[in-house]
Amino acid sequence: MSSSAYVQLVDLAKHFGKVRALDGLNLEIAQGELVALLGPSGCGKTTALRALAGLQELDRGQLIVDGKDVTFQNANKRGMGMVFQAYSLFPHMTARENVEYGLKLRSHKTAAEKRKARSAELLELVGLSTHANHFPHQLSGGQQQRVALARALAISPKVLLLDEPLSALDAKVRTQLREEIRRIQLELGTTTLFVTHDQEEALSIADRVGVMRNGQLEQIAAPAELYDRPKTAFVAEFVGLTNPIAGNVTGGSIEILGGVVKTLPGSVSSGAGIALVRPESIDVVASKSGNGTVFSASFLGASCRLTINMNDGTRVTAQLPSSDSAGIGAGAKVDVSLLDMPVFVKAAG
Amino acid sequence: MKKSWGVRIWRWSIISFVGAYLLVPLYAMFDFSTKPFGFQDKGRTFRAWTTIPGQPDLMPAIARSLITAAIVMALILFLIVPTAIWVHLKLPALRRPFELLCLLPLAIPAIVIVVGIAPLYRWISINLTESPLSLAGVYSMLILPYTYRSLSAALDAVDIHTLAEAARTLGANTGRVIFGIIMPTIKTGIVNGSFIAIALVLGEYTISNLLNYKTFQNVIAQIGRTNGNVAVSVSLASILFVLFLLLLIPTKKRRNAVLDVDLV
Repeated sequence: MSSSAYVQLVDLAKHFGKVRALDGLNLEIAQGELVALLGPSGCGKTTALRALAGLQELDRGQLIVDGKDVTFQNANKRGMGMVFQAYSLFPHMTARENVEYGLKLRSHKTAAEKRKARSAELLELVGLSTHANHFPHQLSGGQQQRVALARALAISPKVLLLDEPLSALDAKVRTQLREEIRRIQLELGTTTLFVTHDQEEALSIADRVGVMRNGQLEQIAAPAELYDRPKTAFVAEFVGLTNPIAGNVTGGSIEILGGVVKTLPGSVSSGAGIALVRPESIDVVASKSGNGTVFSASFLGASCRLTINMNDGTRVTAQLPSSDSAGIGAGAKVDVSLLDMPVFVKAAG
Repeated sequence: MKKSWGVRIWRWSIISFVGAYLLVPLYAMFDFSTKPFGFQDKGRTFRAWTTIPGQPDLMPAIARSLITAAIVMALILFLIVPTAIWVHLKLPALRRPFELLCLLPLAIPAIVIVVGIAPLYRWISINLTESPLSLAGVYSMLILPYTYRSLSAALDAVDIHTLAEAARTLGANTGRVIFGIIMPTIKTGIVNGSFIAIALVLGEYTISNLLNYKTFQNVIAQIGRTNGNVAVSVSLASILFVLFLLLLIPTKKRRNAVLDVDLV
């Protein structure tokens, strides 16, 4: 364990009956860092976050925050700010009263004037200073989550815990709010653990993304590294799209689509394997004597996604910049090749 | 779209029938209470109403019943509500048994309850107090089915688990979570349950009569034996008083308009 880590989750284990929610989870977060935990439903990401908040008892493990063991500390003493998936504003309080609530409980430390100033500052930070006297039912979903964020930040938490706070919101609001969360987190430098099942959300705002599976951390890395250099087949397949293409591995390379590309560490070392190729790693050029035919083309704005039937009967998906895909539509003959980017290869079968 | 005449007629027929069912007995009571009941009366008279304050035992009985209702309300607020919240929050496995327990007073006839608790009340009157206020104990058991249902519905309507967890992460202890967050959130349910409880306490007759306590209803019955008009006027006044209390139950939870537009 690194001594420089601000938050340490050490060998966490939690069983719910026969289900292993956490199975020896280890995670370190540096001060001021935003780490996102990503994974399918039931992988244990929310359990890990709730354990850190003090809302979930553990079967085994240790939680260290700022050098202090908080494993057995009550949730109300931990000083964690949390934003929940469900709307959690206190319905009988206005937005301002909600933000002030945590400060009020520390009344011996925070005078009324200071509380008022702090809540005004935070509502300003989340862009809701004009809604300070609104009750939760007078606010939209996005506004409620912003107030919840302000409330969590008001107590100057040691760690900000975000439990899928955007999942109940519509797509446009989600994108806007996630960018705001990142802006505010960077401005305040709050150490943050963000749990989500939305990979776009995790990859777009986190310093590091941890992919969880069966209660363990499969891989944790910066978003680009996680996407380009997955260490396991699960990470490669869970994060982003992949084309499973069969080939033969020899000497750290695999032969697929008529070319040879290097394999990533952790891949099958020899024999038959299935390369997990990103759509962006496939190059497509219109050619009458090409090795494939475009089955369908989807315009995505800046890029275009092509589904191509190869002459050998396989089907691949490629993603090109829209400018490069001009004139390539359904039925067009194309030449498909691989860009020189290493791929992860899993065992065949 | 305009509703057809058939629907309108059907709707008004039901409303009129229910209205008549509820109001005709009240009118009959009023009619009876204003009928002459002495040789000196000619035509309609409000003498039955004006003699109410002068009835012996009545005012103390009203005061006793109101104080008993207040004690029952306090028991609801400080015992039943926190217990119901605790069961919902921390002991979900006990929800069904707790609900069953709360519904039991509905299934047991009042006379059976009296037979069961009479020895206890005999002991209380000998060793502790003879005050009718001690009835608050048995009343708080009788009102359980109504109060608990009302509370349970209110607790199910909001995500109290998330609210409680949010409060805890902000530094609230269990007491603050229950009294500062959950109780104000389910205020409507508590008020509903309490008013229904008051109505029940003010209207209860069997138990207090069999235990021989002079409560409001017992005194009304006693007056009824000597002067029917006054007894009916007092009954009508008490019904109107309880009706007034029930009308106070807030039906609109949200007074302000909800913004539908998601302004982010």
